[in-house]
Amino acid sequence: MPDGQLGAGLPEGAPEVPDAVDRPRVGTDEWVAQHEERREVGRGLTGLVARGWERIPPPGRLALLLGPFAIFPFITNEGNLYRYGLITLIYAVLALGLNIVVGFAGLLDLGYIAFFGFGAYLYGIMASGHSGHHLQAEIAVPIVVVSTALLGLLLGLVSWRLLGDYLAIVTLFFLQAFVIFVNNANGGLNDFSYPFVGKVDLTGGANGLDRIDPLNFFGFKITTTKGYYFYTLIALAVLMTMLFFVNLSRTGRAWRALREDPLAAAAMSTPVNRLKLLAFMFGAAIAGFTGTIFGAVQSGAFPGDYDVGLLITIYAIVILGGLGSIGGVVIGALIVNGAPELLRSSANARFLFYGVLVLALLIGMKPWYRAVVALVGTTAFGFAIHAIVGAVWSRGTAGHIQGGGAFGRALDHWVLLPTHADRIAGWAYFALIVAALVLTLVRGWWRVVVMIPTLYLAAFVWENKLVEQVSGATRLILLGALLVVIMNVRPSGIFGTARVEVV
Amino acid sequence: MDWSLFFGELVSGLTLGSIYALIALGYTMVYGILKLLNFAHGDVYMIGAFVAFFVLQWLGGPLSPAVTGWFAVAIMFAVAMLACGGLGVAIERFAYRPLRSAPRIAPLISALGVSIFLQNSALLLWGPQFRDYDTFDLIGVKTYNIGQNFFISNVQILTIAASVALMVVLVLVVSRTRTGKAMRATSFDREAAEMMGISVDRVISFTFFIGSALAAAGGVMFGIVFGQIFSLMGFTAGLKGFTAAVVGGIGSIPGAMLGGFLIGLTEAFATGYLPGGSTYANLYVFALLITIFLIRPTGLLGSPVIRKV
Repeated sequence: MPDGQLGAGLPEGAPEVPDAVDRPRVGTDEWVAQHEERREVGRGLTGLVARGWERIPPPGRLALLLGPFAIFPFITNEGNLYRYGLITLIYAVLALGLNIVVGFAGLLDLGYIAFFGFGAYLYGIMASGHSGHHLQAEIAVPIVVVSTALLGLLLGLVSWRLLGDYLAIVTLFFLQAFVIFVNNANGGLNDFSYPFVGKVDLTGGANGLDRIDPLNFFGFKITTTKGYYFYTLIALAVLMTMLFFVNLSRTGRAWRALREDPLAAAAMSTPVNRLKLLAFMFGAAIAGFTGTIFGAVQSGAFPGDYDVGLLITIYAIVILGGLGSIGGVVIGALIVNGAPELLRSSANARFLFYGVLVLALLIGMKPWYRAVVALVGTTAFGFAIHAIVGAVWSRGTAGHIQGGGAFGRALDHWVLLPTHADRIAGWAYFALIVAALVLTLVRGWWRVVVMIPTLYLAAFVWENKLVEQVSGATRLILLGALLVVIMNVRPSGIFGTARVEVV
Repeated sequence: MDWSLFFGELVSGLTLGSIYALIALGYTMVYGILKLLNFAHGDVYMIGAFVAFFVLQWLGGPLSPAVTGWFAVAIMFAVAMLACGGLGVAIERFAYRPLRSAPRIAPLISALGVSIFLQNSALLLWGPQFRDYDTFDLIGVKTYNIGQNFFISNVQILTIAASVALMVVLVLVVSRTRTGKAMRATSFDREAAEMMGISVDRVISFTFFIGSALAAAGGVMFGIVFGQIFSLMGFTAGLKGFTAAVVGGIGSIPGAMLGGFLIGLTEAFATGYLPGGSTYANLYVFALLITIFLIRPTGLLGSPVIRKV
């Protein structure tokens, strides 16, 4: 954590004036109440935006965040609405639930996706052609929400005696157990034989639970993507409002106290375990609720959807948006879901990749002329390398970028594209990681010197290797690196509040 | 009762258990010193298996190795352990050290990021397909029949013996050497150890080196015993090793070994005897974890935690 954030803005001798309030109220404390005012607001453009954002009243903020979403369905087609809109919203709702558990209460719940899957499967069991039952959604959805909350309670009860860290392993194993279970519980040869009923096809096994009914509230069937989109949007708005008030409430403050220091919170007679369970249940219920939407949208529940990849995606959203920030999850979901969706076409992916690289360089490198030197240097370096390699080793420049227009043709003359580049690209990937790590160790102009080959290596690896698996491994590599980098550079995320540390 | 089956499950449980125990040792040592669950540990184990595989390729492949089979295996172990030891040190240096004074959850999330990063890098570079160690060709697997249909193979004996040997070495290092003493001191109280002139950073690096090297040894053993490795093998194995460390009492070295063998035996016997065992063995391991947590939250050999304010 940068030095600037430690004890930032703490007024001199703050603890000496605890009795500034005339009438002490339970659960309120002057020092705690001023928490928001002690936050560090950065200088420059970001600080200006942050202060402006603070000045908007909460309903206005909600409208600003979700307003563009309400317009989106009218300016796009069905496919894009599903991929960019609906999935982003579903991720946002999921991240909101996870934010309660991780961001408010500080519990590392790695089984969160299991609750999401549980919701989808349970809804599918109650209302699908696969199971033969067709419950109305107004009955099924509350049942799912309550059962998921109870499941969360059960898992939490097992874990509450444990130290905080152990929760991570119990929940991670729970997710794994859930995936194994739904993959096999098809009443087949190797399945359990249940008491009284014998073998039952619960989940359809690896083929998934298909033909799930659309959500059907009192006879109003939601059948279109647009319908689900607005249903999810309303749910998101309601949940965000609810969480806003929960966050202000006594429970919300207690959760934050729990997150900052469970021991101190317990010493202040905060019922630590009950609050943990409550947070856990809240999060699980939201995940279960989202599961019903996802199951109905997909009209099926498939085991592959509820794995660690999704867990990491949701974590990345919460971390990027800022732990404990309610509005942040929307932005986080937009970035984390939107970016890889754009990456689907390799031409878009290319623009995004170089764009983010240049932007990160211009923002991250100070003073600005160093960034410019690095950029110009990398460009020159690339052409030089290309010319040299082209002269000695003709295979090294034999490849061509597919598509990409003028930009792609320009890149052809800059980045090395050997034929059969697999092995070379593998070593280059390794070298890139080493170079990036070295970059964190050097300072000043040396950083610029190391930056130039690193950037070129990044471009080389991107064009020769990463671009092949953009929606698979590459996406998760970038998300994993993002988690590490954010934790090291800005632990509070984009929208998170910098912590007030008292030493 | 079919004692032949019983013996078979016992041996395969011990073999699995010794691999889990090696992984668990890394978790438990790191936790003892940093109070950090190192999620990336399972992926270090996977990378160890792959490094050994590439060493084997470099030596000429399992069918025609440049040196005799057993010597090739020794080289594979050595290179994989050294490489992964270095990897572990690098992970600690770049992903965890900057976060040492951060709130508890920050290094955990960083660890999660490293794990996903390593796993998918492996997927990107080496693909999802299985790679063959071809143990049969490499060292000639022999199966011995001791008593009446009690089968045990030389590979299984090797695995159990080698891991026990590594554990003995580890215990000796921790209990008898100066570095071991420094490790124990750091684990007991990091600040006090630092005041006594112990270079805490170096001790932590050393711990990561040892832990990751042991995990790599476990990965190579997995490859030799089962003949095949794949880039997603780290997740489940890491989870089991993790469970083993917690079941045995995290922070306790004998606990990790006990936990590892317990998990391995549970898995093997569940596969052999319990309903739905072949598919749901992991569910039974999970049930064991929960049960032990309910009875003894600090694990079998863990000491009750005294928290200082």
